[in-house]
Amino acid sequence: MEPEVWREMGLSDEEYEHIKKLMGRDPNYLEVGIFSVMWSEHCSYKTSRPVLKKFPTKGSQVLQGPGENAGIVDIGDNLAVVFKMESHNHPSAIEPYQGAATGVGGILRDVFTMGARPIAVLNSLRFGLLDDESNKYLLRGVVEGIGGYGNSIGIPTVAGDVYFNESYIGNPIVNAMAVGILEHKDIARGVATGVGNPVMVVGAKTGRDGIHGATFASIELSEESESKRSAVQVGDPFMEKLLMEACLELIASGSIVGIQDMGAAGLTSSSSEMASRGNSGIEMDLSLIPRRETGMTPYEIMLSESQERMLVVPMAGREKEVEEVFVRWGLEATVVGKVNDDGMLRLFEGKELVAEMPVKALTDEAPVYHRLAREPEYYNELKNISLDDIELKDSVENVLLGLLANPTIASKEWVYRQYDYQVGTNTMIVPGGDAGVLRVRGTNKGIALTTDCNSRYVYLDPYIGGALAVVEAAQNVACTGARPLAITDCLNFGNPEKPEIFWQFEQACAGVAEACRVLNTPVTGGNVSLYNETSDHAIHPTPAIGMVGLVEDINKTISNTFNHEGEVIMLIGGNHGELAGSEYLAMYENLEAGALPEINLPQIKARLDFLLELNGAGFVKSAHDITEGGLAIALAEMTKMYGAEINLKTNSKLKVLFGERLGRIIISVAEDKVEEIERMAVSKGVPLQCLGSTGGDVLKININGDECCNIAVQKYRRVFEQTLGKIMQ
Amino acid sequence: MKIGIVRFPGSNCEVDCLEAWRVVGESPVMLWHKETSVKGFDLIVLPGGFSYGDYLRTGAIARFSPIMEDVIHFAQNGGLVLGICNGFQMLTECGLLPGALLRNEGLHFVCGPQYLKVERNDLPYTNYYNQGDLIQIPVNHGEGNYTIADEGLKELEANNQVVFRYVTSNGEVNESGNPNGSINNIAGIVNKEGNVLGMMPHPERVVEEIIGGTDGKGMFISILKDWERRMKHGA
Repeated sequence: MEPEVWREMGLSDEEYEHIKKLMGRDPNYLEVGIFSVMWSEHCSYKTSRPVLKKFPTKGSQVLQGPGENAGIVDIGDNLAVVFKMESHNHPSAIEPYQGAATGVGGILRDVFTMGARPIAVLNSLRFGLLDDESNKYLLRGVVEGIGGYGNSIGIPTVAGDVYFNESYIGNPIVNAMAVGILEHKDIARGVATGVGNPVMVVGAKTGRDGIHGATFASIELSEESESKRSAVQVGDPFMEKLLMEACLELIASGSIVGIQDMGAAGLTSSSSEMASRGNSGIEMDLSLIPRRETGMTPYEIMLSESQERMLVVPMAGREKEVEEVFVRWGLEATVVGKVNDDGMLRLFEGKELVAEMPVKALTDEAPVYHRLAREPEYYNELKNISLDDIELKDSVENVLLGLLANPTIASKEWVYRQYDYQVGTNTMIVPGGDAGVLRVRGTNKGIALTTDCNSRYVYLDPYIGGALAVVEAAQNVACTGARPLAITDCLNFGNPEKPEIFWQFEQACAGVAEACRVLNTPVTGGNVSLYNETSDHAIHPTPAIGMVGLVEDINKTISNTFNHEGEVIMLIGGNHGELAGSEYLAMYENLEAGALPEINLPQIKARLDFLLELNGAGFVKSAHDITEGGLAIALAEMTKMYGAEINLKTNSKLKVLFGERLGRIIISVAEDKVEEIERMAVSKGVPLQCLGSTGGDVLKININGDECCNIAVQKYRRVFEQTLGKIMQ
Repeated sequence: MKIGIVRFPGSNCEVDCLEAWRVVGESPVMLWHKETSVKGFDLIVLPGGFSYGDYLRTGAIARFSPIMEDVIHFAQNGGLVLGICNGFQMLTECGLLPGALLRNEGLHFVCGPQYLKVERNDLPYTNYYNQGDLIQIPVNHGEGNYTIADEGLKELEANNQVVFRYVTSNGEVNESGNPNGSINNIAGIVNKEGNVLGMMPHPERVVEEIIGGTDGKGMFISILKDWERRMKHGA
């Protein structure tokens, strides 16, 4: 075989030699193709595995950690939450609508193959700046794709985050998270056991779409990527809706041993992973696979990423039951092979043996690369830029309006108005809140869901930034009254073969790991998306965090806007922010620089616990964390129905109003509870101060007794709410 | 009361409708679209969703589902048929209601709270409301832009067939209160006989304070009260 063949498929010469050794012979074309996708970064995590091992994955709440289709956490009452996040960056860069739509479809399948009915979808999105038409085109297409799939299948899109930054030009980030609920007894797994048990392909027919999608996801984007459009799959939410109902019915019937989605690398990964988990083997006759195109080769069948397909292993003798369920939903279910016990993946076309590989070689023997990490030069350069002389460029009111009109800060209503966020009638806190909250039917509980990551922080200091992504998620969950439970992640980085990028990856993951340890939110799974680079630049490192929290009493969920007059506004945490990495600095000084303030995770944990304790006592009327844009922007976001009057003492107006520092939360409380709350704060050692009171229809801010802002709520809310829609018109 | 909710492949609000009825103490029956009879039912609900993936045209394929023949027969004999969102689209497709629903003006899907004005309260569906009530019921659709030819519109308005209109938070019928470009801000209509109602907004989504309001509950109570009254009179 010519070296061009395996190189074209993304295998290195060393990897090819290793395959030869494992096989004890030269692999044929089909076998090389199968190895190439199984050993792609997307499927094998060959670069990231040594780093990911450092994540904490255990906890009393974790029922299923990494390694399955999705993670599972216990929420009591014999119920559990199933959740996972995955990237669809490369497909979305090429074909935004289908790329995003199939991202949603794929992650939903990961959740319902575990036996859970999906109840929510979230999205973490990053684009280049909107003054560029191509970025608008991507945003428009991605949002329509997410809506087109989620709305149609009838799963609400309840939360997410959207940022705009130059580093994402040509390389948007599209991460979709799905969440489901099930009873403990209904947990299904992606495992093939029981010699002689049949292997069935169910759902859609197999076509030529998406061939080599997993490999495509593991290289840098270039001009040629446009020509790889055939590697983008096409989604059919109607088909998936039928598939979902049929699979849930099937799992509940108790007739199956295992089930797995055919996601990246389609039939190849689903069959080898199921066999690997079951310590078994699988043999299939590829001529039996239902297909929608003629003349497909075994290679094309094995590598197709046609959507809305599943691999099912029923108990022998119960194939008919499986078929009946699928036929009722207008779908096909076909026996294509059986489970064996010799650990081989054996493929036939009719009678002819066309491929034969040890399963473990595909799943466990992929090379592990310990890449070189080197601190990039920019790190200390940017850290050492002094920000001491920077002064407020304009009046407080104008800066407030300016930041509110910044698409990263502005309301994302233009986005979520295109998503059905209510279907299922469980959504209690809709998009626009700190986290989405859904009730859990049949209980008094709710779950809070969020996705977060400020990648500018991660760029400036990957360790601190990685930790802050987890902190922000925890803050958002806690601000709705929920206790943070666990996370899933989507680790979006540039090319790990570059030591500076790998350093970012290592550092950021270490930060994520440490924050998860301290905040007691183990990692239950996720996805790594590397090679997010175009010819001249990499994206800002973006470890997107998807978090699930538990609301013990749904009558105690917290709103993030002031809903009553005369409440006292208090701040948990100090009132000083920093300019390093702030939105103000980027927008008014065109600078992404500075040393991020040191992070004290136990201190932040204590503050979140304090917030939840106050809420448990019924004291918190509203809560919102301070993030991009600082204290002034957080106040602007909380003042909707009512304005506020704020009194601050400081010698740096800029840092207090627009500086950023995580670990700070604004709450409003009833006046007669203030003393008790202050006593509680002292006993917990949590810094707390009064900022002012709610009421009126203006936001008034006095600093050292002088009024520096007096602006009508209506005026700035209009800017906040309408900016994105106007840009996208 | 015997209520049937028809489940088509691709329906996705059928369970929400079922849960909404439970809030007012009723237990509807789920009907698979391949069934052929709706005999004995007091109300048939055609729920929202994307029946048949909205392929061809919204509601265009569902209209040919086996159950629809008897639903049409049932409606023509005075049976109550309520179509919500995709159900409304089916009702115009099968001719039980006039007009058609086009892609939203601006072409975007819209989801969100929406104010409606109750134009009539003399119907089985609306007797619990007052005429002129301003209620908030969310919309959620990509193709809710109601249209009808001039003659048909005149007739619709002359017969008072418009039941709900999209309005602003002040109750004004104007462009800024209209989420999708519907002619005359039409959100829901009834047939001349008053037994078949189609509407784009989703009353089943606002029947509990905890999920954002109770303005939709009035419709479920209306239907129930109307049925109880008829039962009392032996009708």
